[in-house]
Formats: sequence, structure tokens, C-alpha cells
Amino acid sequence: MTRKRQRMIFVVTGLISLGVATGLVLLALGDNLVFFHGPSEVVSEDFPPQRRFRLGGLVEEGSLQRNDDGLTVEFVVTDLVHVVPVTFTGILPDLFREGQGVVAEGRLGTDGIFVATDVLAKHDETYIPADVVAALKAAGQWQGD
Amino acid sequence: MVAELGNFALILALIMAVVQGTIPLIGAHTRSAAWIAVARPAANAQFAFVALAFAALTYSFVVSDFSVLTVANNSHTLKPLLYKITGVWGNHEGSLLLWILILTLFGASVAWFGTNLPPGLRARVLAVQALIGVGFLSFILLTSNPFERILEAPFEGNGLNPLLQDPGLAFHPPLLYLGYVGFSMAFSFAVAALIEGRVDPAWARWVRPWTLAAWTFLTAGIVLGSWWAYYELGWGGFWFWDPVENASFMPWLAGTALLHSAVVVERRDTLKSWTILLAILTFSLSLLGTFIVRSGILTSVHAFATDPERGYFILGFLVLVIGGSLILYAVRAPALKSGGVFAPISREGALVLNNLLLATATATVLLGTLYPLLLDLFTGKKVSVGAPFFEATFFPIMAPLLAAAVIGPMLSWKRGDLMGALQRLRVAFFVSAGIALAVWAFVSGGTWLSTLGIALGAWLVAGSFASLAERIKLLRAPLADSLRRAIHLPRAAWGMTLAHTGLGIFLLGGTVMLTWQTEATQVMRPGDVVSVAGYDLTFQGVGNIPGPNYMAERALFSVSRDGEVVTNLLPEKRAYVSSGMPTTEAGIKATWAGDLYAVIGDADGKGGWATRFFFKPFVHWMWIGASVMVLGGVVSLTDRRHRVGAPERRREPAAGPAPRMAGE
Repeated sequence: MTRKRQRMIFVVTGLISLGVATGLVLLALGDNLVFFHGPSEVVSEDFPPQRRFRLGGLVEEGSLQRNDDGLTVEFVVTDLVHVVPVTFTGILPDLFREGQGVVAEGRLGTDGIFVATDVLAKHDETYIPADVVAALKAAGQWQGD
Repeated sequence: MVAELGNFALILALIMAVVQGTIPLIGAHTRSAAWIAVARPAANAQFAFVALAFAALTYSFVVSDFSVLTVANNSHTLKPLLYKITGVWGNHEGSLLLWILILTLFGASVAWFGTNLPPGLRARVLAVQALIGVGFLSFILLTSNPFERILEAPFEGNGLNPLLQDPGLAFHPPLLYLGYVGFSMAFSFAVAALIEGRVDPAWARWVRPWTLAAWTFLTAGIVLGSWWAYYELGWGGFWFWDPVENASFMPWLAGTALLHSAVVVERRDTLKSWTILLAILTFSLSLLGTFIVRSGILTSVHAFATDPERGYFILGFLVLVIGGSLILYAVRAPALKSGGVFAPISREGALVLNNLLLATATATVLLGTLYPLLLDLFTGKKVSVGAPFFEATFFPIMAPLLAAAVIGPMLSWKRGDLMGALQRLRVAFFVSAGIALAVWAFVSGGTWLSTLGIALGAWLVAGSFASLAERIKLLRAPLADSLRRAIHLPRAAWGMTLAHTGLGIFLLGGTVMLTWQTEATQVMRPGDVVSVAGYDLTFQGVGNIPGPNYMAERALFSVSRDGEVVTNLLPEKRAYVSSGMPTTEAGIKATWAGDLYAVIGDADGKGGWATRFFFKPFVHWMWIGASVMVLGGVVSLTDRRHRVGAPERRREPAAGPAPRMAGE
């Protein structure tokens, strides 16, 4: 075993593992990216349907309704310009409130209602997700700063 | 008054750090013994001043001095004493002060325990450590002073985020920081070695215990955090692949690699420049983690006390530290003498494979964590990379690593015998394959992935045991003889065996839990019964219970199995007085087979309540496995060879280093 050969073996195994990792990453990125959209983007004409995405904005005041089964809730996500109705079955996170920021993950139905599979929890009351801030700014409705 | 004292102490600490970061460095270069000698007292003084500042802040929290802004924003008179104290680091300013306290503590321990380090190396290590301190002390003084006063002190504080008022999370940050910041030692040693231009086994014997200690703390910190997430957040998960979690996980992965490559430097005097690079990268990832957590630049569910503006300061510091050390590395590393050669199939070869796979895994986690940031920067598109990405990239890289983790220790140094090693592991192989196949055949609901997970977990446990049995000649020598061998086995070998076994137990627990957990979400009225995993849960109702600083709605579920009463579960929803913020407390009953987990949601206004139950089989195996890993780290630390201060260096000129670099 010469030093040169040892180095060759390192380089080759290194390249192989890098190659495999790159392949895995590309494969995984293609399938598992979840884009984030605000209501204004979602209601626009050219919005691609059927893809899983995250919807962010504010929960419209007075929009939260509980269905008869007690588990399914409906609410409206707004960026103060456009709105998207959302339905979700399950237990809402503790900090879910009307008038506050929310991020929901799911798909848009053909009826224009967003079916959320997850409503993301946050851990701090005063915190508004950066993406929601960006969505509000994009809609020209951001009042902070 | 006390706050001003703290502020003053911080300024003195900064001055001390500047002195410690420059004079000894110049002294080591010019071989001036007097200048070198400045390093130790300076390190002690710097630690003492920061400790004084920390004590001053803690005092302000304990007596609820609301004229201090940080205290007013994050404390409350009604808070129990424990959370007044832990509230010190439950906010940006205080947690940064804790960071610095730990940084200077590590610096001071080099001054205390490093008595037989060559003075030149010690001076350089302390100087580098102090330069990191300069960065963070100016950061805290310029942008995040914890002692800032408000002119009109409020009568009551805003209170601490209720989620943080929990014993599990109270001690999560200090442990995590001991780990994060502990890697600064490896970094300082690496940079000092680059300046000296020399890395020898004695160097690795110094770096290893520090890295090991940092790794042990970091492991404990991460596990404590994920245990907290499991029982406190009420979503039943324990890991979310969130940027803030990844921020602590990346230094852990790189630190694990560093731990293993330092063994090669120490034992075989080779892989030196790679180990130096790893030490730099590990601490860089710690800094990156601090930046991610403190700046809130990435959308994270854990957004505790973040501030983007301050992020720029850390970002600048990050660029300076990483860029500077990498440039130094590029200039100096080629001159490091490389050691002995070894065959690809050997202990060294296995450790290289370990490093390669861990580094690749770290890179994929890094990419997944930063990808949303990069995409936003270049295309303006908002995207999130979630668990599916990490599961699809991380696990395929880890699987061969886990398989090799058992074989590696069976190979000899320099040139190993793979066939022989496999031969000696055949029992372990058949045991783990047998277990995996039996589970696959007799337990429904499994997948090929769960079968693989169980096989790998069992392989780690059985293989580690087999290698231990071989070393102590179990069943091949008289039992007393084996026992004697076991006692005399180096603690580091015990540590490795424990850590690998713990990883196996963790993997088994995680696999079983994720594959066979069951869940039920429904609305229940008093008297309703729901069955989960053979348990019948009867909803008895909800009552209001006052706590020290919150009001709780507590539900009562009586749990029975086959008609026999097992226990009561009492999940709560709490509303905190100071902020009105609601939190969920899960009701958990631990059994031998797993945890029965109950959460209560909102009332539907018609007498019903949303409820959610999980049965999490084998979940305690994860906590036990992780604890065994931590135990392995602790046991390994007690090894004579690693005991801080114990190792003897080779013969050395009395003062200053002996530069051995070409061209000097």
C-alpha cells in the first residue's frame, strides 16, 4: 500500500459517497419541496393546482367555525387583500387564534377550498412566521416595523 | 446597582479578552515567557468577570428587578423560583450571556487543567479562545446588553413563555450550550496547532476529551429537548427536522465524526489535517447554529426571542471566524506531516468511512436546512424542506454507517481481516437477522424499512456485545478471568461499546414507535369510551384547577384494560396569568410496552371535547438508548488516557514551541 494508492482510494470513495448523496438530494428535492404561497398568489389565474403547499396569512376575524362533528373547523386565511377558505380536521394548535398569523399545509381543492392536513404550531405568542410577514408585505398590507 | 455592576463586569471581561487574545499570541511567537504567562491569569479573570455578570443578572431575575429591561420582558413575580432562575437564559440577552459564561469556563479550564501542556501551545489555545470571546462579548455589549435599564420600571413583568416553564426545557439550553460551545475547545486547539504548524498524538490526546465532553453534553441536550417536545407540545412527535433542531444536529454529526477521527490521530498519528479541518467545521456549524437560532432568519416553529437585526452581527462574525480559520488552514495544512499509511480494510479505514458518511450526512442536512434561504435569496420563491427530504437523504447514508459501526472495531489497525471479522460476528449477524425476520413474519404492519431498522438496531446491540465478549474472552476463559479482563478493559472501550449499544437501542425504539404507533382523534362527551391499542379510555369530564401562575382545564380519563382499571390520565390545557397564553400538557402513562398518551383540545360548545390519544410502543427505548449513549461518553471520559491533564507530552523544549514547518 503506497501513499499514492491510499490517497486514490480516499478520493474514489469520497467521490462515490458524494455522488450518491447528490443523487439522493436531487431525488428528494424534486419530490419533497413544499412551496409557500400567500392568498393573493393562490387566487390568481395561473396558480398551479394539485400540488401540496403551505398557505400563510392571517386568520380572518370571526371566520372560525366548528362543524357538527366537533373536529372539523373552517376558517379563512387572508392577506387583507384576498382570502382563501380553509378546512381542517383535528386539534388546532394552542396558539391558533383569529386575527393572528397562521401557516397551514395541504392541498387546494377544485372548489377553491384549501384542505389542510397540518396547521403548524408556533411556540411564541408574539411571533409571526417570517413567511406570513412576507405574504402580507407582498400584498402591501404589512403594518409592522 | 447590581445591574450596573454586571454591566461593568462585562466590560472588564471584554478588555480582559482583548488582552488574552493578543499578548500571549505575540508572546508565543516571539517566545517571550513573560508575555506567554499572561494567558492563564487573563483566562481566570475573564471567567470571573463573566461569572460575576451572570450572577448579577440571575440576582436581578430572582428579586424581580423590573427596572432591568430583560427582566421586565421575561419575568414575573408569580413565577416559581426555579423558573425565575432558568428564565435568565429563556431570552436572547440572557442566553447569550450563558453562551459566553460557558465559553470562558472552557477557557478557564484549560488554564486550570492544562498545567502540563507546553506553555506555547497553551498560550495560543487560550488566545484563540479569547478571540472568540471578544466577538461574543462585543456582540452582547453592543447589540444585546442584558443590563439595559428602563426609566419607568413596570410593577409587573411580562412573564416567561409558558412553554419554557418546564423542568425539561429549563436545563435544555445549558446542556446544549455546553455542547455547542464545548466544540470551541477543539477549534481553539486546531487553530493553535495550525499556527504552531504541528499536530502530534499528544495534541489529539488533548483534543479528544474536550470533544468527548462537548459531544456528551450536546447529546444530552438534544435528547432533553426532543423529550420535552414529546411530552410538552402534545403533538406526539419528538423530532421535526426544523431548522432550529437541525442547527443543533449538524454540530452533533460533525462532532461525532471528529470524535472518531481524533482516535486515528491519537493512535496512529495520521489523518491529521482532516481532523483539524473537522474541528474547524464542527465549531463553525455550532456558530452557524447560533446564528440560525438567534437571528430567526429561517422560518422555524421554535421562534423564541429572535431578532433579525442582531443576526447580521453574528453573520459577520461567522464569516470572519470560518473564513479566517479556513484561510489559515489552506495556508498551513499542507505543511502538516502525514503519518503512516494503512490499507482500506483496517480500523483506520473503517474510521475514515465513518467520517466520510457522517460528513456527507451533515452536508445533506446543511443543504436541506439552508436550501429555503438560498432559494429565497436567488429566486424569491418561498419553500420549506420538511421531514420527507431529510428522511429520504439522511437515512440511506446512515444505514451503511450503522452496519459498519459494528465491523470497524473488530478490525485491527493498519491492515485488517474483513473475512475474519465477519466470521467472528456471525453469531451477532444471525441473532439480528433472526430478530428482524421474526418481527417481519409474525408482526403485521411492518415494512421493509422497519425490518431494516430493526435488523440494524439489533446488529448494533448484538455486535457491540460480541466484540466486548471477544475482548474479555467470555465463555472461552474461566468466568473469573473474563471478569478480571472486563474490569481492566480501558474505559474508552467500554465507552464505545455503551455508545454503540445505546445507538442500537435508540434505533430499535424509534423504528418500532414510528412503525406501530396508533392514534385516535375524536370528540368525546363525559361517559364516552374510546379504545386504543387494547386500552379503553373513559372520559370522565373536565374540571378547573388553579396552578401557581396559570389556570388549568384538566380532563380525567380512566383507563382500563380487559375490564381492569389501569390508571387515570390527566391531560391539561393551561392558560397563563401573565400572558393568557394557552399551553397543552399531555397525560402520559408509561407501560412496559410503550406510552399511552392523551391530549385534550377545544370544547365544541355542546358538552363535547376534542380529544386525541396515541399509543407509542417502545418509545422509552429511545430515551434509554440515548441515555446509554450519554453514559458511554461519560465512561469514556473517565479513561485514564483521556483524563484532562493526565497525558504526558513527548519531550519538549522548556519554553515555547519548536516550529517544524517547512519554510520557517
